[in-house]
Amino acid sequence: MTATVVLNGEQRPLPAATTLAELVADLAPGVTRGIAVAHNGAVVPRSEWRTTAVRAGDRLEVLMAAQGG
Amino acid sequence: MTTHADTTTADELLIGGAALTSRLILGTGGAPSLTVLEDAVLASGAQVVTVALRRVDPAARGSLLDILERTGVRVLPNTAGCMTARDAVLTARLAREAFATDWVKLEVIGDERTLLPDPTELLDAAEQLAADGFVVLPYTNDDPVLAARLETAGCAAVMPLGSPIGSGLGIRNPHNIQLIRQAVTVPVVLDAGIGTASDAALAMELGCDAVLVASAVTRARHPAVMAEAMRHAVLAGRAAHRAGRIPRRFHALASTTDEGRPDL
Repeated sequence: MTATVVLNGEQRPLPAATTLAELVADLAPGVTRGIAVAHNGAVVPRSEWRTTAVRAGDRLEVLMAAQGG
Repeated sequence: MTTHADTTTADELLIGGAALTSRLILGTGGAPSLTVLEDAVLASGAQVVTVALRRVDPAARGSLLDILERTGVRVLPNTAGCMTARDAVLTARLAREAFATDWVKLEVIGDERTLLPDPTELLDAAEQLAADGFVVLPYTNDDPVLAARLETAGCAAVMPLGSPIGSGLGIRNPHNIQLIRQAVTVPVVLDAGIGTASDAALAMELGCDAVLVASAVTRARHPAVMAEAMRHAVLAGRAAHRAGRIPRRFHALASTTDEGRPDL
């Protein structure tokens, strides 16, 4: 059985990115602000993205600004 | 009896320590494109504009934040779509991280069809976020008792609905909006239900401190034109409120004196 994560609601193979910083860079290249990450239901401050490992079984939500009332 | 403010001084709206000269807050949901949105923001004169937080869309073209930065507005993140206090609190904290602001338009929805707020979850979330240092602007029912509870919870304003989100039905219970204005000391922002400019003017005439409009502008045939109409309506309604309207009468009261009337 392959190792997977749930990324933005979709089950996927464990990404090549090993940290949240790499994951965000892969998902939203060039976007430097307006992004937030929830890791297993908890907010991860941007300052901790580089040191937070992505592991099999993680639930990740990577979010950005969208139009909304 | 309401006493009207000195109309000679600057009429600023104070929310969470910020002084705003525009009393129109613009929601960005529903605009057909970022270009249309930018034109509408500029035409509205709004200084505060709402945004939502959604999953990263690799296909997204253009940057909403770039536009908002260009127009110089303050970003007000919302918790749209949240149905529990837990989700709303987490969303607010994610938004604080994403947008570097502790302002939040707190929405906790209790019913998918009407999008009416869930009062108990809303109050719970408001208490948690206010205690965590957020400037909480809760989208609430047109309920004066709940509004007072939200103020006690530490909210920086209360934002009662005029009618359901996106319905364009206007202000269905103007009396409750007036009761809310009397029930709290924090700013009252009429949020949701505005359909056209006269609804916004009425909100201000009733004593609201500001109006939040999204769909009425973004889904109008000409959003920038409606945004300008809303700007004028809010200014007119505010001025009318400060001027003090005449009492309603059942019968006529002549404006021309009877004195000196000729007997022909």
